[in-house]
Amino acid sequence: MIRTVKIVKHQGKQFIRDLQNVNLPDIHTGMPVISANPCKAGCSDCMDMCPVQAINKEPVSIDLGRCVFCRECIICPEHIITFSNHYKIASNDTSLLMVTSETSAISFNPNFVRKEIKRVFGSSLKLRLVSDGSCNGCELELNAADNVNFDMSRYGVEFVASPRHADGVVVTGPLVENSVKALEHTYEAVPHPKILIAVGACAISGGIFSDSKALNRSFFAKHKPDLYIPGCPPHPLTIIDGILKMMSKVS
Amino acid sequence: MNFKVLENNSAIPVQQLPELSYDIFCEEVLSLLKKDQCHCLNYYAFPVPGGLKFVCCIADDHEKKIVAGSFVKNSNDLTALKSLTAKYYGMHVFEREIHEQYGVGFEGHPWLKPVRFPFDKKDDASHIGNYPFYGMESHELHEVGVGPIHAGIIEPGHFRFICNGEKVLHLEIHLGYQHRGVESLMLKKQRILEQTILAESIAGDTVAGHNTAFVHAMEALAGMTVPENTQIARTIASELERMAMHTADLSALCTDVAYQLGSAVLQGLRTIIINTFMIWCGNRFARKLIRCGYEPYPLNDELITRIRQNLDAYEKRYTEVVNKMFDMPSVLARFDSTGYVSREQSRLIGTVGMAARTTGIARDLRQSHPYSYYKLLDHKPVVLESGDVKARALLRDMEIMQSLDYIRKMLGHYKADQSNNKIQSVSLNPSMFVVSLTEGWRGEICHCAITDDAGKLMHYKIKDPSLHNWFALALAVRNNDISDFPVCNKSFNLSYCGYDL
Repeated sequence: MIRTVKIVKHQGKQFIRDLQNVNLPDIHTGMPVISANPCKAGCSDCMDMCPVQAINKEPVSIDLGRCVFCRECIICPEHIITFSNHYKIASNDTSLLMVTSETSAISFNPNFVRKEIKRVFGSSLKLRLVSDGSCNGCELELNAADNVNFDMSRYGVEFVASPRHADGVVVTGPLVENSVKALEHTYEAVPHPKILIAVGACAISGGIFSDSKALNRSFFAKHKPDLYIPGCPPHPLTIIDGILKMMSKVS
Repeated sequence: MNFKVLENNSAIPVQQLPELSYDIFCEEVLSLLKKDQCHCLNYYAFPVPGGLKFVCCIADDHEKKIVAGSFVKNSNDLTALKSLTAKYYGMHVFEREIHEQYGVGFEGHPWLKPVRFPFDKKDDASHIGNYPFYGMESHELHEVGVGPIHAGIIEPGHFRFICNGEKVLHLEIHLGYQHRGVESLMLKKQRILEQTILAESIAGDTVAGHNTAFVHAMEALAGMTVPENTQIARTIASELERMAMHTADLSALCTDVAYQLGSAVLQGLRTIIINTFMIWCGNRFARKLIRCGYEPYPLNDELITRIRQNLDAYEKRYTEVVNKMFDMPSVLARFDSTGYVSREQSRLIGTVGMAARTTGIARDLRQSHPYSYYKLLDHKPVVLESGDVKARALLRDMEIMQSLDYIRKMLGHYKADQSNNKIQSVSLNPSMFVVSLTEGWRGEICHCAITDDAGKLMHYKIKDPSLHNWFALALAVRNNDISDFPVCNKSFNLSYCGYDL
């Protein structure tokens, strides 16, 4: 008994009290910052370097739905692309994930916010995960979002064991042919109204696997996600922030 | 000996890989595998003009060498090959894989069950949804199907149990739901950064393990060497990854036997380790950290101090909770003798890594085929005999203590001013063959690469330890209560995506 008390005492308080204002280490690769300076004439180093074709020029932009946050594009000789440690990068609209020199923060598209989400799920949200070709990176971070440090369930958001108990489906991975039926069945099994969330570069765009013949992304042609959480994998703080915004718990 | 002897990460001209007749090839493979010190690292086939080339790589743990040989099957020769599995059971999964991909028959193979239903499989009619499961007809037996979508935040896979009452008679594991075509993408993408990102995504929980294997293979093919410092950094990353995942697994084992405090404390402790990666490279899973030919995030004195502080904080709390955990009758009653795999079974099916080491087999590439800084660490593998969940939990604990010791030693040897953090261009030498082995936290990772005459990757073969070890899980649950399946499963914690590729 005394040993248990000691363990509890030494454990202390592990949870992060205010998840909205965490200062992650500077080196955390979060929101890209693109300067308005002109590119060097004829240079396309960043585009050539990018492993997932997330960068476009004129103007320079990074698509966070594709980006795997490898940070290699900082090779830019004019230092036009840098990364901040800012972790609030989820949105409900893929076009808002396109970062240019004019983007100061990733926002939500008010036209895409379904009113029933706040009304029905505003104070409690149960989610069912479907991993569909994912590498287990996003799963580890989704698990971490509910561990003793991040404690997402304080907001009433939890993962449940059955789609019948769930209010929505979280999808990770690039969506592969072999799992396409399982995903469709799971989504169908969730009662209406329901939520769909895409987590990670693979789910949003196919990521590094986007040109693989093993994929079948027809599911997302039929069902539009209510939330896109970029990252490879997304940090638990990014996941929690995105979900809270979707529930209109924070703005 | 007709096979070529080579070393871990030493590229040889592909012409030096002996090409034998199938009879001599089989004779050679079987005579090697008869020895206790040998096991098959990889056996695979790939198309060459006029037919299929089969390559077999076998590890000799005593000699610290790899022996490899090949044969070519003419495309108009449609006869089945005599199965190696019939003589040495550990080859079963390799022959199944070749059969599934290219339709090659293996005469005498007990069960050519599909491995992963890849998109480019030979038999178009075979589909993951219409697979006929193994069945037993009896009024006393019932079947339990679990998955592909499981009740937690984990990857998909289907488990089909045949039970007699509460006891599991047989478990069939049906995978392939995570198949993304990694091996074919490795060839489709020809830029080194794209391939590196892909290697990091083979299994997102073994980023350092798989990426080190990939980077070593590329460096060997390009004839590049990296400074000792870079090797130390890579080795530290592998050991930190081992600590993080072992801690996560111990936490999950606590959850499964309802020791809530242990689970919570160990979760928080894992965070300390993965946040160490965060302050080092900006990602909690060592992505970005390992690159071909250079070290993008060299350590400095301040970082080394912070890593040491993290390890100290970790160790104090970790020791306290784990000692308590292994003293608790309620935990031990669930771990002891549950999910037993015998040494003989383990040897027969060719288990690797942790699963092998808990059944008395000292199979550890850090000792038998050392790479990076392991060459200087004089690693002694932790070996336990009892083959049950308890052994697999204890082994994790002992390996964590070992890793702590290694990381501290290596941090002392790291010289902050000797690293090269400039991007290197990588040009592979033409017509070379390399085998790259690393000991990930689950076990043996084997990457084999061949370049064509223009210096492009022509074939890339990846093997995750889970390819062998899933079968060990199927054997472990036999004659156990079905309610013990979760704790058995966690005690192995195998990779779905590493297996499905």
